[in-house]
Amino acid sequence: MTLTVLKPGLLTTVQDQGRPGLQAQGIPVGGAVDAFAARVANALVGNDDGSAVLEMVLQGAQLRADQDTLVALCGAGLGLAVNGVEMLSDRPVRVRAGEIISGIARATGARACLAVAGGIDVPRVFGSRSTYVRGRMGGFEGRPLIAGDVVPVGKPSELSGALAKALDAGGERHPAWSVRPETLGRVAAKGGVRVVRAPEWKRFTPAAQAALFSGSYTVTKDVDRMGMRLQGPRLDLIAPREEISSGMNIGVVQVPPNGQPIVLLVGRQSVGGYPRIAAVVSVDHGRLAQLRPGDLLTFAEVTLADAHRLLQARERDFLRVKNEIIRRVA
Amino acid sequence: MRIFTAMPAVPPNMKPMEIVPLGDSALLVTLGDRIDEANHARVRAATLALEHARPPAVTEIVPAYASVTVFYHPLQAIAEGAPESDVAGWLAARVRERLARLPSRPSVPAGRRWEIPVCYDADFAPDLPEIAARTGVSRDNIVAMHTQATFLVYLIGFAPGFPYLGGLPEQLSMPRRAESRKRVAPGSVGIIGTQCCVYPVETPGGWNLIGRTPMRLYRPESDRPALLRAGDRVTFHAISRQEFDGWKES
Repeated sequence: MTLTVLKPGLLTTVQDQGRPGLQAQGIPVGGAVDAFAARVANALVGNDDGSAVLEMVLQGAQLRADQDTLVALCGAGLGLAVNGVEMLSDRPVRVRAGEIISGIARATGARACLAVAGGIDVPRVFGSRSTYVRGRMGGFEGRPLIAGDVVPVGKPSELSGALAKALDAGGERHPAWSVRPETLGRVAAKGGVRVVRAPEWKRFTPAAQAALFSGSYTVTKDVDRMGMRLQGPRLDLIAPREEISSGMNIGVVQVPPNGQPIVLLVGRQSVGGYPRIAAVVSVDHGRLAQLRPGDLLTFAEVTLADAHRLLQARERDFLRVKNEIIRRVA
Repeated sequence: MRIFTAMPAVPPNMKPMEIVPLGDSALLVTLGDRIDEANHARVRAATLALEHARPPAVTEIVPAYASVTVFYHPLQAIAEGAPESDVAGWLAARVRERLARLPSRPSVPAGRRWEIPVCYDADFAPDLPEIAARTGVSRDNIVAMHTQATFLVYLIGFAPGFPYLGGLPEQLSMPRRAESRKRVAPGSVGIIGTQCCVYPVETPGGWNLIGRTPMRLYRPESDRPALLRAGDRVTFHAISRQEFDGWKES
């Protein structure tokens, strides 16, 4: 099975859950920016969580299915159409050989993951199929997709086959049920993300500490896989000093000398030298992934124990819906 | 053959080890508060100790100048017995246990030695005139000092295979450029303070550029994409533009 790229969209890459283990060589973990949306999209077509998907940004790709298949799109940034007819997201959609799958631009959100039954089957590089564009590594020849690419898809699982069969038996394009990654677990307040304090928290002024939680920040045009620059109330240090570069993490809110925070995403560099005031909790990384320039963002503090409980709660919900999917076709 | 050499002594006012959370999936283990060879040796020894006996649920160990970041999978840690209310404390105790016997003057394997060719032609060295003006060192002497120094690879970071090299004479110390360049060509050699770097791939960058190497420091096709590693020693030697253009990797 293959997908042929007719139009590549703005930036369409093969991504999975990332490539840990190479940060000491300066190679970021990477993977899908909305990694949880990728896991849910995979579950919807009967793939393993870690299967590779196509990540699209703002403007969708147009792809031809070269054989019958099953796809699912998750992530608020784009919608899905088959042969020009809009389909619902967050559920398996039956696609026939020769049909055209397209991502449709939306007014909100930034990214979406398209999972295909069997998973995108490019070779694994250091254990991952994700594309690292700057390092020309992984994915489809280490680069974003372009028109004419023929993207290999793996062998569908038994569950994928059962999902497709169930739809065919009912003569349906897609089921009535859906699973939205944004709704699993205990969801953050609208427009907000939850954070824990980061190593340099205490070095910021009380005014900066208060401003982080009371102010609202605008996402600037400076957004990519590495991170996003925000604009809002200034965050000042009590006494600025030269920092010794140290490790970084996804979700870290670092503050350069201009006092305007930068939130790091999956493509972040492995080390950095800016003081870190806070870090967005894992369950809210998907929220970050869906921000686009102009969006407003607020921060709310939780404890580290809360962050881990939130992660557990979401994982329990995810496990429950995965079991429900299996039950529906059993 | 691996040679174990003692690294320079750690000053008596050495900072005690500190472990703090870095988000909900990493711990930052700080071993010192300055960039020097003693802290570098401690970082390498700590990295080796943690790699040798990885604490449960740890996904990656990343060394920096004076700290090591330990990445973990919170749910896996809970599955391995960490209390849900204190996953980080549970893991920190296990990290501390493994580093308890970390000597203040650790012996670490000696790094490899590299000779990196650099063409210091004006085309490749846009910042040499400003460095000469600021430091009062002539262009030729800057090149001489750069090629006479032996550098230590403190860490690889920022970009794939990008080495942070320490050992530039104080006399050549320059601040970061006020404005970063949007694109720095692969192979560019830059300096800031007593540090030197080589850009293996095209990235934005704020280092002062003094030359360019034809040697590939990032090899994505290889088993180990970053040519250099922390602990390696590097010297630079000058090559002509002709040698640069005709360079063939052996």
